[in-house]
Amino acid sequence: MKRSGFWFVAPFLVLYVAFLIVPMVIGLGASVTDDGITGHARFVGAANYVELFGDPAVWSSLWHTLIFTVTSTPVIVLVGLGMALLANRMAPERWLYRLAFFAPYLLPVSVVVLIWNWLYQPGFGLINDALTRLGLHEVGWLSTDGMAMTSIVITTVWWTAGFGFLLYLAALQEIPRQLYEASALDGATPFQQLRRITLPLLSRTHQLVIVLQVLASLKVFDQIYLLSGQGGIPGVRSIVQYIYESGFTRFRIGYASAISYVFFALIAVVALVHFRLVKR
Amino acid sequence: MRALAVVLAAIWLIPLAWALDTALKPESETTRIPVSWFADGMSLDAFGRVFADGDVLAWLGNSLLVGIAVTALTVAVTSLAAYGLSRTWFRGRSVVLALLIAGILVPPQVLIVPLFAEMVGLGLADTYWALILPQVVLPAMVYVLKKFFDGVPRELEEAAVVDGAGRLRVYWSLMLPLARPALAAVAIFTFVTTWNNFLWPFVAVSDPHLMTFPVGLATVQSSYGVRYAQVLAAALLGGLPLVALFLAFQRQLVTAIKG
Repeated sequence: MKRSGFWFVAPFLVLYVAFLIVPMVIGLGASVTDDGITGHARFVGAANYVELFGDPAVWSSLWHTLIFTVTSTPVIVLVGLGMALLANRMAPERWLYRLAFFAPYLLPVSVVVLIWNWLYQPGFGLINDALTRLGLHEVGWLSTDGMAMTSIVITTVWWTAGFGFLLYLAALQEIPRQLYEASALDGATPFQQLRRITLPLLSRTHQLVIVLQVLASLKVFDQIYLLSGQGGIPGVRSIVQYIYESGFTRFRIGYASAISYVFFALIAVVALVHFRLVKR
Repeated sequence: MRALAVVLAAIWLIPLAWALDTALKPESETTRIPVSWFADGMSLDAFGRVFADGDVLAWLGNSLLVGIAVTALTVAVTSLAAYGLSRTWFRGRSVVLALLIAGILVPPQVLIVPLFAEMVGLGLADTYWALILPQVVLPAMVYVLKKFFDGVPRELEEAAVVDGAGRLRVYWSLMLPLARPALAAVAIFTFVTTWNNFLWPFVAVSDPHLMTFPVGLATVQSSYGVRYAQVLAAALLGGLPLVALFLAFQRQLVTAIKG
């Protein structure tokens, strides 16, 4: 009877090996070959790895990914927290705020990109129209590298701030009411309550939201690729996008696999550093 | 405070409202300058054309099929594995546990290139299998369910075993019903993730008949040309099901996301 335990795990294990372990092995194998469109892969040793460290496109796409991560994460976390603090107070219509702030998170990326592409249009775009009415100049939201990254960050904040909002809202609802009542009797102002009670009690949630956000941002592809017109603005290309383009538009399977492995190592380091910090 | 909340909520809702407003306008009015929220002849025509065109409904059908298949398979295999790991001992159990943790660290994005090569090798590229099978591998879900089973008192199970129930019986008629909230969380999380997944479905199929909604909408954008009302109507129509589901299952969804 004890042996039967393995059979419970077997179905999952089959899928796990077939679609996680096997591709990991295929990728590792391919990364030391020049596998490409011709089909005859030759062993090239570490050549792909040597090439990628000297490839300016690898460094620039890593740089864009980093810029995206460090600019979007703080905004998303702060907006999510702010929304939760506001919505938590407004008891009767809380569901309305939940809907407003969380609905975008449930939309598929292509819907989000279509809507924002439409808002960013020159002339008849809602945002540029508002700027013109205010007597300001129109902005070419998606026409230069710098503005395109800003627009991508704005869109991402709108799309994903709801996730942190929901986590914060759940955490806020677990803080006992009595803490606030007691401190109010002692004459604490709402601001003092926020600083001394609410924020410290949310520290675990801060950590969770920040780590999840950083890990998700490092893997960014969808909204950058789609908002830049399917890769039409190389100045915002992310590292996952470079893997995708190397593999599927330049058909360099070997090279794309090598970049994938270096990227995986990077993500693993970030995750392990986080585990270390949490343990302490 | 309330004013600030209202303003923030309004900012968050304006993009959606503007998309809806555009979708209700006749095509000729959508690019009029200066911009106006009102136009002559506002109607549901654009939505009607989306239905008549059929593409969007086909993509939503594919998304539904893939979403349900992935969710059902994930709930089945992860709950079995979680029960096995929580309640039984077998050779290699600690290896499986270590693999599970390692698997959580692997971002799906690093697998797309070799996984696609594998699919081509297996002759599964451009099939529903390519969309479904790789998305079932969610080691984190096994971990969540194992944690849940670990918390169920052993006495409950031993009583059933004494009554002569086999392992499978205990799993099916005792543990699964107990785990219903955790299973619901796993199911909702899996379905939402699969429904909105973009990169793998985008890579895995190129046949327009197999595309899921996010992929179909992204690839066809350009071929709609300047029919902004229609393409925004399509976007809203496809985005609606999950938002409606959220309104219906708010509480369960919040628990699922937290887990």
